[in-house]
Amino acid sequence: MSSAERANNNSMTAAPTKTQQEQWIVENQVFQIFDLFANLPRNAKSALVELQRDNHLEYLTRGLKRLDPSFCVLDANRPWLCYWILHSIALLGDYVEHEVENNVVDFLSRCQDPNGGYGGGPGQLPHLATTYAAVNALITVGGERSLSSINREKVYMFLKRMKQPSGAFRMHDAGEIDVRACYTAISVASVLNILDDELIQNVGDYILSCQTYEGGISGEPGAEAHGGYTFCGFATMILINEVNRLDLAGLLDWVAFRQGREGGFQGRTNKLVDSCYSFWQGGAFALLQRLHAILDEQLVNFGPQTGVASDISGGEESSDGTQVDDKTCHFKLGGTNASCPVNLNSIGYNFVKQPGEMEALYHRWSLQQYILLCAQDMEGGLKDKPGKRRDFYHTCYSLSGLSLSQHSWSQDEDAPPLPNAVMGPYANLLERTHPLFNVVLDQYYDAHEFFDTP
Amino acid sequence: MVRTRLSQSTISLTLSKPWTTSEPSMSPTSDPLAPSISPPKPFPSTPAITLYGISGVWYSRHLILTCKLNWILSTTLLRIIQKIIRYDICRHHRRWVAEKLGTDAADKELEFTKKILSADAKHYHAWSHRQWVLLALGGWEDELDYCRELLEEDIFNNSAWNQRYFVITRSPLLGGLEAMRESEVSYTVEAILAHPENESPWRYLRGLYKGDTQSWVNDHQVSLLCLRVLNTKSNFVFALSTLLDLLCHGLQPSQEAKDVVAALEMSGTVEPDSDLAKSVCFILEHVDPIRANYWRWRKSKLPHAT
Repeated sequence: MSSAERANNNSMTAAPTKTQQEQWIVENQVFQIFDLFANLPRNAKSALVELQRDNHLEYLTRGLKRLDPSFCVLDANRPWLCYWILHSIALLGDYVEHEVENNVVDFLSRCQDPNGGYGGGPGQLPHLATTYAAVNALITVGGERSLSSINREKVYMFLKRMKQPSGAFRMHDAGEIDVRACYTAISVASVLNILDDELIQNVGDYILSCQTYEGGISGEPGAEAHGGYTFCGFATMILINEVNRLDLAGLLDWVAFRQGREGGFQGRTNKLVDSCYSFWQGGAFALLQRLHAILDEQLVNFGPQTGVASDISGGEESSDGTQVDDKTCHFKLGGTNASCPVNLNSIGYNFVKQPGEMEALYHRWSLQQYILLCAQDMEGGLKDKPGKRRDFYHTCYSLSGLSLSQHSWSQDEDAPPLPNAVMGPYANLLERTHPLFNVVLDQYYDAHEFFDTP
Repeated sequence: MVRTRLSQSTISLTLSKPWTTSEPSMSPTSDPLAPSISPPKPFPSTPAITLYGISGVWYSRHLILTCKLNWILSTTLLRIIQKIIRYDICRHHRRWVAEKLGTDAADKELEFTKKILSADAKHYHAWSHRQWVLLALGGWEDELDYCRELLEEDIFNNSAWNQRYFVITRSPLLGGLEAMRESEVSYTVEAILAHPENESPWRYLRGLYKGDTQSWVNDHQVSLLCLRVLNTKSNFVFALSTLLDLLCHGLQPSQEAKDVVAALEMSGTVEPDSDLAKSVCFILEHVDPIRANYWRWRKSKLPHAT
């Protein structure tokens, strides 16, 4: 027996590390809630697992009304708040007063830079993240006035300015370059129907360089695999039609292990559960469901005697960025050849229209249980974990993750989910969200039609 | 300029100082544009703030500093920036300044990130910045030791494992992944045996063979490690998962491997199967139920090997 094994045998008496301590504290809190729930009579159980729609809506609408135009001018978060709140309300299947909608559209118009893109507030420098938030918020509001307020030509010019020679994007003038910048840029371009070869040039190379040895994707090359960046990188690769360049099996394995005993997801290995990863990590599964053909193709390359194995990840790719697999015409997604060009701007639309042919590979029930029992705040809104304060960011992404989970086994996109896909009363069912852009699907379809004109 | 009452959401954002927030920009508390503080003095006058907001303040500062390059070269300014950087919003700006200062700045930057990491050893931006410093300004000499220190404190610190990988693959002072593999495998195996339930070293071990899967399959140390952990009959999910991956990549299982797996099946919950990989999947479905769907899918995708 080695000294390490002796240490393992004595591990019960060894002092726990900080990671272990923090994990045990959270597990205790969560399991206390689960035990309490399990021991309740049936009626009380139903009440506890109910999505507190009215409370959440009140929290959200109050939050939206408080975004007064005379708000502190240093606040650069307002487009984000608009998106998080409006999207959450839309997921709950509710609407916002016409007057409030108009105020939002007016406000965001004032955030729009004359040279393109949206800043954090009127007169502020345009920024990719706030552009993403503003565009998504305006799509969520929907309608002619909202959608026509977006100056697409100028947005395109802004995106071109943010484009770097490496292929990645810079968040703003003199801003950081990372995978999130790539996602916000490509997502906005795709949803506004202004995506072109110039914008996607070398983006795939950059994102590939961010897939780490763990299988997940990091913010920058060399950094740690992280749920948020994994979603951003993965979604971007799909949107630029290069998803087959990623090591999908490796990515799946990493993200599968991000779901903990609590039912929710953690952002990184050995870190704590956080409800927002219900979307970032849960979303990765929603994307994988529609990539089963490419996943299968990659798995075929495993195995004895081939020697080729799964060395598909970055570094093994040819430097000119050609696809691993040429005969991809029969795949709806991933890879192109000369006789079968893909319309970049249709990828987002085709992705959701295509039926999912495999089930989601995580434990959907446990995720829903975590969100409903541990992330809901009694006074409305949702939060990271028990003991944390509610906020609109966690409200948005918990509900987005919940929606994905509820809709994750709808083969026919028009048919509603079966009751056994929805934890708690069927009234818990949320509106469906687009897994690439995270806007409610109906609003996405309207925008897609609106922006279809060049 | 009167600040109107902040909405509740913004209040909750401002309560946690970006400095202590471990997570990167997914959550706006660490977003460079997070509205969580008022700008410290000395600062450009109001017009710049109103024109550009927080990020613009640093942009205009960027412009001012360009004109005063000699002044930048004083450590005084660097100390000011160190205080300001606590709010994390000008990490990118800090990089720009450090680049101007050259390699002398490496030590200071590494010290600075070390301070943040001593309070939060997984701080995402601190690690990102540290990696940038190493690549742009150097200072690799003590980095592997630093990783060892952090891992001695907390063997579960995945950020430290990631940094270790970064060092062994990118340090100009070391020979690269293949040259470092043997010593790193020993180090990692020790870590796994101490805590087989620790996911980080298992992924690190796999990473040591990145781009060379055949070596991973053929290295007896790896399969033996799995069997050793399986024999303890506790904390063996990662050992089983690794064994499954090895089998999928062509590992010819030894009789010992088959016996060990059969012993795990003897609890009666699992049907014995002549296909070892299938048996492993069955066991995983039972001992790792949160991933039952994943293991079932893995089983359905097993190569049709003998």
